[in-house]
Amino acid sequence: MQKVNRLQPFFENLVFERDDDTMIINFGPQHPSSHGQLRLILELDGEKVTKATPDVGYLHRGMEKMAENMIYNEFLPTTDRMDYIAATSNNYGFAHAVEELIGLEVPRRAQTIRMMLLELNRIISHLFWLATHALDVGAMTIFLYAFREREYAMDLMEDYCGARLTHSSVRIGGVPLDLPENWITKLSKFIDKLPSDIADYEGLLDQNRIWKMRLEGVGVITPEMAQSWGCSGPSLRGSGIAWDIRKEEPYELYDEVDFDVPISTTCDSYGRYKLHMEEMRQSIKIIRQVIGMYYKTDPQIMAHAPNYISAPKEQIMTQNYSLMQHFVLVTQGMRPPVGEVYVPTESPKGELGFYINSQGGAYPYRLKLRAPSFWHTSILQELLPGHYLADVVTIIGNLNIVFGEIDR
Amino acid sequence: MRAYQNKKNVQKKPYYTDRFWVAPQIPKEDVSSDEIFAKDLEALKENFDIKEAYIQRGQLVVYIGANENVEVITFLKNQLDYNFLNELSAIDWLEKSGEFEIFYQLLSTTKLKRIRIKFFIKQKEEIRTVSTIYKSADWGEREMYDMFGVIITGHHYMKRILMPEDWHDHPLKKSYPLHGDEEASWYEIDKIFGKDYRAVIGPENRDSSRVDENDTYNFARIHHEVPFGDKPSKEIVHTDYQEEGGVFLVKSLKKADSKILKERP
Amino acid sequence: MAQHKINYLSEAGLPVALTTVDKLVQWGRSNSLWPMTYGLACCAIEMMATGASRYDFDRFGTIFRASPRQSDVLIIAGTLTKKHSPFMRRLYDQMTEPKWVISMGSCANTGGMFNTYATVQGADRIIPVDIYLPGCAPRPETLQYALMLLQKKVRKEKASRKLKPKRLV
Repeated sequence: MQKVNRLQPFFENLVFERDDDTMIINFGPQHPSSHGQLRLILELDGEKVTKATPDVGYLHRGMEKMAENMIYNEFLPTTDRMDYIAATSNNYGFAHAVEELIGLEVPRRAQTIRMMLLELNRIISHLFWLATHALDVGAMTIFLYAFREREYAMDLMEDYCGARLTHSSVRIGGVPLDLPENWITKLSKFIDKLPSDIADYEGLLDQNRIWKMRLEGVGVITPEMAQSWGCSGPSLRGSGIAWDIRKEEPYELYDEVDFDVPISTTCDSYGRYKLHMEEMRQSIKIIRQVIGMYYKTDPQIMAHAPNYISAPKEQIMTQNYSLMQHFVLVTQGMRPPVGEVYVPTESPKGELGFYINSQGGAYPYRLKLRAPSFWHTSILQELLPGHYLADVVTIIGNLNIVFGEIDR
Repeated sequence: MRAYQNKKNVQKKPYYTDRFWVAPQIPKEDVSSDEIFAKDLEALKENFDIKEAYIQRGQLVVYIGANENVEVITFLKNQLDYNFLNELSAIDWLEKSGEFEIFYQLLSTTKLKRIRIKFFIKQKEEIRTVSTIYKSADWGEREMYDMFGVIITGHHYMKRILMPEDWHDHPLKKSYPLHGDEEASWYEIDKIFGKDYRAVIGPENRDSSRVDENDTYNFARIHHEVPFGDKPSKEIVHTDYQEEGGVFLVKSLKKADSKILKERP
Repeated sequence: MAQHKINYLSEAGLPVALTTVDKLVQWGRSNSLWPMTYGLACCAIEMMATGASRYDFDRFGTIFRASPRQSDVLIIAGTLTKKHSPFMRRLYDQMTEPKWVISMGSCANTGGMFNTYATVQGADRIIPVDIYLPGCAPRPETLQYALMLLQKKVRKEKASRKLKPKRLV
């Protein structure tokens, strides 16, 4: 039946038959534990990796090119598909960059809602990271438990924005909706329960002999390496460098809330695991404080800037001028001033930056997405050699890479 | 008389621009307004030829000469303590001036400052790699080559990174169409089945709103199912996920028995 | 009740069920459809959620297999790019007959929102697809429903069906 099939094996002229003891194996691009479409060409000496060549681009969808052909608001849903595990943090990164470009102040209530969503997304992302990482290492139970808790958080996101995965819940200039009724109660219920669940995971993993053997001393990123390779987020803090953009270059209301930046000085996978768990606790702490702040804010949720942002719906329906503005903004798009910005935010994976070059048109002239996972994947070239083949899966899982944002 | 304007593609223009429109600018502040940046710039000026420098939205932007990129970046890393290279890429100005604009985005975690180094190169001009200074430039430069065709000398593995090796052209150039060129549109067919199969499979459908309702060869529309190749019908056929009599040993859902919970337990 | 009064052919009589070989084989097949863990992009996360604790895919007899040689169903979960397309064709070819394909999400159906140079405009340009799921990303319930419809489709087929020439290859 498949006579016509002309597929030739495609190994980039790698020589598989060699005289020495080394062996080349091809890992991916479809592999259950490659967290997407990572392809690794590993040179092995016995069971030890001597050289690793990561090959990415299997999910390259041309987002930057799309951005150059779209108005700013149109591009926002596309950012959902970058880091699809925590979509809101991408929405926020983009919205924040555009706000910085046009110089916009976001109302305080929108800021509190954004912070709740961002931290909730951080929890979702970290739970997902734990689930898949544990599954790769062999702990199926954790996968089932962590997904259970994640579903509660997904329900909350769904209650707010109607989508489970692709939220688009942060818009340029604010948020589209105020929190639904009882949402805060549900959120409090969730974050009250979560610490005991995290304790459960830790109870299962912390002293687990297999878990420790597979993570301790594996994937050591020294501080020098982390700096040189441009690591950020948990990978950087896992190397003992206390750098959190929320703390150092605070955006939104992060300067008003009290939270710690956990670091790990062991630099290995186990340290980063502990770090992720601690970060979830810090997120809970932040959400608790933000809930208190939410009640003290005015009900405005969208910035008032008629040149760039549509008026609230009631106003559009009643005021002629607002309707005209809305029509222009939807059909032709806003036109930010000429200039360029690079705006970093702390996404669950690390530093998510948006470089926007605007020439005063409705489309960005150039938009560069600085996705943390891209730089974390490049470190595999240096990190993998010297490890055993079985550790490759641990390291890939531990670095928390997502291919939507690597290949963009 | 008003000058003649070509109205051929007037619908494709994204925005109506009136004759007196002046695009606003993001203010460029003087470097002396920030102490740390002023010091850094002074140190840079002593050693290198700085073309232009200003602060925009809190970040220092410095234009340098294209042949000095490695020296400037080394200086920034070693003397001025900019320990992270966060991002680098190019901007396509080929249509306007035949140039690429390259930028490097650096960060100093000790000074809490971000700086952007920029320079222009001609289209075929080569630049030297900075991946020897910051390893993060390794993939950044490969991506730049992949997307723009900027050739980097001294890089240890100058290959395409995101696009396949045999891809034609560099997709982020402004001259490259969003939907891909001729090569791109047949890429997967040529690769998998061979060029002879282009006619069998046909061109890509780029109109995402196109729905062929009369096609019953390729699709069976749910609730409007007809036998393979028959004429489409508008009648609604209620099909269940199971056959009428049920399936042996498999439970079937009785809608009357289902409960709807008001809240998640 | 006297023994001879039992109607052995009705319910609660003899444990006998009359059927055809086709039905029996396809009933077995339909209740053990093993999909391949083939996550491409965002939809893969929903596919995992379907397999995880809340939605529990296992109750349909579906167990995710990591190897194409052990699986019956290929769920294309996510954007298929041109760079990846030869690999998908290879994986599909490696699967043994009978095999079915579910195209999950807009990207796999038509290219979806990624109407760019790098994406394949519909996975059905490469391999024949049985069921198309709408959505971006489809909810786990949608995937479950698609699987149930696929089971129904499988039950309708003949066990030794003569392989119909499909549109591709």
